[in-house]
Amino acid sequence: MQEPTKGKGAVSADMKAQIDENLKRVYQTALDEQVPDRLKDLLAQLRAKDGQG
Amino acid sequence: MTGNRATDTRHPRDRLADHLAPLRAFAISLCRNGAQADDLVQETILKAWSNIDRFDPATNLEAWLFTILRNTFYSSLRKTRREVSDSDGIHAAGLFTRPAHDGRLAFGDFQRAFDHLSPEHREVLILVGASGYSCEEAAEMMGVAVGTVKSRANRARRRLAELMQIEEGEDIVAGTDGAVAAVISRSVASAA
Repeated sequence: MQEPTKGKGAVSADMKAQIDENLKRVYQTALDEQVPDRLKDLLAQLRAKDGQG
Repeated sequence: MTGNRATDTRHPRDRLADHLAPLRAFAISLCRNGAQADDLVQETILKAWSNIDRFDPATNLEAWLFTILRNTFYSSLRKTRREVSDSDGIHAAGLFTRPAHDGRLAFGDFQRAFDHLSPEHREVLILVGASGYSCEEAAEMMGVAVGTVKSRANRARRRLAELMQIEEGEDIVAGTDGAVAAVISRSVASAA
């Protein structure tokens, strides 16, 4: 299939480096957020339920 | 990364807690919405728990969990999304009018541009650009060929640059509009 011509070229190495640096920051920001209790509790609940069965 | 090595001898179910933060970060990257991300992680954990026998302990648990999460995300997306084609197409030129005078990307602009990417583009960039997976690993998670990962990642980076109106070879000149930038960009591309 033919890709659109626009945006076909790869970005420069410098731009790629800057983008990836920002991507890591986006990801790290999300990673640093507190995991909500309900997700931690979920594992405890599953374990408790599993123990019963 | 803790608990991610194949040498970890704990039962995989006991290792799930180690992966809540990365799962949530990946979920946030895909859906850009905290509440939706939490639901997605919850569903992923439930599926992983009940299908844990299908996990091969010699492989990467985080990659297995990420695969469940992204498959869950896309199947729910398919239910709600009509006709949004691969999203290279979202209307977006001109959202970001402020040129980067020093040639550096401002993080706020970057985040807004990232938000405007398609989930598929955000996914590939987070996997290969941020969370350190190889293109081969990402290809396996995404269920596509390695070449597709590479070309999609290139298009996604290109798209980000377009969204931020930073075109390859563009001088930061007042009055340079999108059309001029596109011409410059094409000429750079053809010269490459």
